[in-house]
Amino acid sequence: MTAAPHASSLSLQHLVRRFGVDTAVDDISLEVNPSELVVLLGPSGCGKTTTLRLIAGFLAPDAGDIRVDGSSILAQPPHRRDMGIVFQSYALFPHLSVARNIAFGLEMRRTDSAATKARVQEMLRLIRLEDFAARLPRQLSGGQQQRVALARALAIHPRVLLLDEPLSNLDAALRQDMAREIRLLQQSRGITTIMVTHDQTEAMALADRLVLMHDGKVQQIGSPEALHLRPKNPFVARFIGGSNVVRGRIDASARMVLRNGLAITLAAVYQGVGAASLAVRPDSIGLGVPGQGGARVEGLVELCSWLGATVEHVVRLSPDVVMLVRGPGLGPDAAPRQPAGTRVTLHWSQADEFLFDASDRPVPASACHFQLNAGVQ
Amino acid sequence: MIDGLARVEHAAVSLLVSLGMALIGVPLMLTLYLSVFDEKLILFPPHAYTLNWYKQIPAIFGAPIWTSLQLGVTAVILSLLFGVPAGIGLSRHRFRGKTLISTMLLAPITVPGIALGLAVYIVLVSIDEQTGSAFTGSLTGLVLAHVMITTPWVVRLCLASLATHDRTAEEAAASLGAHPLRVIWRVTLPAMRPGIIAGALFAFVISFENLELALFLTSPGITTLPVAVLQYLEYHIDPMVAAVAVAQSVGIAILLLLLDRFVRLGRVVA
Repeated sequence: MTAAPHASSLSLQHLVRRFGVDTAVDDISLEVNPSELVVLLGPSGCGKTTTLRLIAGFLAPDAGDIRVDGSSILAQPPHRRDMGIVFQSYALFPHLSVARNIAFGLEMRRTDSAATKARVQEMLRLIRLEDFAARLPRQLSGGQQQRVALARALAIHPRVLLLDEPLSNLDAALRQDMAREIRLLQQSRGITTIMVTHDQTEAMALADRLVLMHDGKVQQIGSPEALHLRPKNPFVARFIGGSNVVRGRIDASARMVLRNGLAITLAAVYQGVGAASLAVRPDSIGLGVPGQGGARVEGLVELCSWLGATVEHVVRLSPDVVMLVRGPGLGPDAAPRQPAGTRVTLHWSQADEFLFDASDRPVPASACHFQLNAGVQ
Repeated sequence: MIDGLARVEHAAVSLLVSLGMALIGVPLMLTLYLSVFDEKLILFPPHAYTLNWYKQIPAIFGAPIWTSLQLGVTAVILSLLFGVPAGIGLSRHRFRGKTLISTMLLAPITVPGIALGLAVYIVLVSIDEQTGSAFTGSLTGLVLAHVMITTPWVVRLCLASLATHDRTAEEAAASLGAHPLRVIWRVTLPAMRPGIIAGALFAFVISFENLELALFLTSPGITTLPVAVLQYLEYHIDPMVAAVAVAQSVGIAILLLLLDRFVRLGRVVA
């Protein structure tokens, strides 16, 4: 990713937005570099859409500042902010043709008609809908409408492109094509972009950096890889990679004891930790047979589903605790399928184990403890 | 068996539809039939048929029809001027007193016409007494009263047409650089077009047919068609009234058919 010569930077500084007693956006700060694509990711109600609407100017923040290229845009109404927005519902103008939709922003800027025409042609070529210029939006498929919405937003040379769940109205096959298309367009034009989504896969596929949000707060900012490999708290671990998370206490022999008495042997020693949460991703857990060494915990297979590329086992550790285990479904490394009712042991290595203290901060391992493990067995 | 059931079902539906058609159609057909009786009184069977009653309409009812047309058109224009912005404001913005304003705007539909007429009459008379003006019995007074009962229909239909309209289209327009007024002109109003047309049509029909308000507010010089028909009925019982009714129905039907070419009325009203 190289910054285009005119690409803008965007800076959110301690943004706060309340709705009555709810704080939808709670002190959010973010620096977006020129030509970067940043994805705001999180479950519904986490404040990501509100943040986008604050940037677009449809909402005013209660506190904080929004800067483009260093100067505040808070005083500017939406129509002066030069933001290109693509909405989840496409939001095309139903009474205008595809060409007129794309030309709309240029007409508002009183661009002369020859230049407008040329720009519309360029955009139509870009989205490969040259033959559809005269059609009305309702005569297009969902994917085509979304491309028109994208072209309409890009036609005005926006300083920042805002994408609000741009793929969630499309069916699965189309979604991947469209995601690639958005990424290629964004990269080739070097346009600074903020995208909002609740879909983790979509976010990972598109983002230079991810901003994971929950309850109006930023949970973690970083590359998709960083969030995957170094989650900052149990929420991040659970949301990215779908980690199994259990809460309990670390006892004297470095085991994690859950409230129901279930004990899990940890891969590492953690000193000075009492109450803690343990997170392990489904794909870093291996299954074994009881009696084998190195087991972390034992359980009963409840469900085995083969999904082609992967095979998933739901393993019940105790009446109220289950863990999801995922292994490769095909090829030489394919995980053996264990039928429901089989007793199995769960294994994982130290690198795949994430421990968080009572205030949900990550706890580094103090030492590896193979000896202790052996003792517990 | 299933076939038999389907046939019974089909028959039942046909029966209900015919009953409904009859309910609407029979009075209309009877009126049409009466309007061509060549009798001074309504006698059955008539000894001959004539179109004379229709020929006399302009002479007897020409002035009231003209008054009603002027009144209807003016009331429609004014209620569009108030109602369309009110509809946009009520559906698009949140402000203090919104519920109150929306109730006030829609309330005249729910108040009996005769009570409304009396109230307007009393208000106009007191204004005239206080200021020496002459609203009572003037076209201005009538127009004001009619705007009160036609505006709710415009507001209602505008609200209905905006309820299904995707608001994000307006936000998209703003983000593309459109000033709020241009958003209304270029995006909101085009989306409201069917609602506005249907609202204007309803408003016109409501005004044109209104008797209760006009009863209190007309004066010898200015009489609307419904009042003129009522006055005529006090002294004559002949097929003239039927002819006027038919002419009026046909006029409104033609208006509806014309409008249906521009907007699918069924879609707007449903």
